Amino acid sequence: MDAVDRDIINNLQGGFPVCERPYAEVAARLGLSEDELIARLETLLTQGTLTRFGPMYHAERLGGALTLAAMKIPPAEFDRVAEIVNGFPEVAHNYARDHVLNMWFVLATETPERIGEAIAAIEKATGFPVYNMPKLEEFFVGLRFNV
Amino acid sequence: MNPGLHKNPIPSKESEIVERRRPPVDDSDRRLLAAIQHGLPFVSRPYAGIAAQLQLSEAEVIERLAHLKDSGVIRRFGVVVRHHELGYAANAMVVWDVPDEQVKALGHCIAGFDFITLCYRRPRRLPQWRYNLYCMIHGQSRDEVLAHLDWMVNQCGLQGLPYEALFSRRRFKQRGAVYSAGSDGR
Repeated sequence: MDAVDRDIINNLQGGFPVCERPYAEVAARLGLSEDELIARLETLLTQGTLTRFGPMYHAERLGGALTLAAMKIPPAEFDRVAEIVNGFPEVAHNYARDHVLNMWFVLATETPERIGEAIAAIEKATGFPVYNMPKLEEFFVGLRFNV
Repeated sequence: MNPGLHKNPIPSKESEIVERRRPPVDDSDRRLLAAIQHGLPFVSRPYAGIAAQLQLSEAEVIERLAHLKDSGVIRRFGVVVRHHELGYAANAMVVWDVPDEQVKALGHCIAGFDFITLCYRRPRRLPQWRYNLYCMIHGQSRDEVLAHLDWMVNQCGLQGLPYEALFSRRRFKQRGAVYSAGSDGR
């Protein structure tokens, strides 16, 4: 990744234009040709520097639901339980964290009702309670990494 | 960049959008969202290609996408970096026990720093869990994350409030939520 790649990433985390020739518009801003910008974006994706290039949706506004959930799992059983939890298609991210509540995962479902069903199913499959921590209020952040 | 740079001292326009009621999303919007969820084609006129696929005009696709962005259904449109691989190796979920009447002001303050990627109010789960304000801090190392945390505590006046920093030890799974709209909508 060189300086031009960094420039592209820093610029495009904020947004991508919606117009007839969006690559040309971004390229002009960065002093590149349209072809070069497209070629570099393809390479960054292929290399895995970027996980994706496209839209992120607001799940709730599309009728879906998201929540954060936590569990308290004895260390000796952690890996076994993690495997069960990760096997649920609704589990989007799962992190081990340093706390008594040591497993933290995000549930994403196509309807709000499915959140409760998924939690009940995870509790049944693992034998441990799930603490549901739904979002009550969101404070705006830019979500970008300077590279 | 100065990590202390504060972007939103007052509730920003974006946060007002987030709290606005859900606008109608029609069937064509859903087909369009499904068509682009894995990314845009790398061609000079990407929206024209999508339009052809959906039997819409290029102008209509552009107009619909602009509306979906403005109304917040598309919350962000751009590149998503693999942050761990780009050197942001450490992250902590920092949770605070904040008096309910202060949550809004402190949430806006915390959300204003460049090193914060998420900031939410969530319910307490007493007696196991007393915390009601969450943020995610990313950094190149654990020390950098802790330095950011110190800076934030001073800038937002969080001294004395109970908190914990939960560093991640392992990531088991990471995928985006998949949106699977068929042509018949939900």
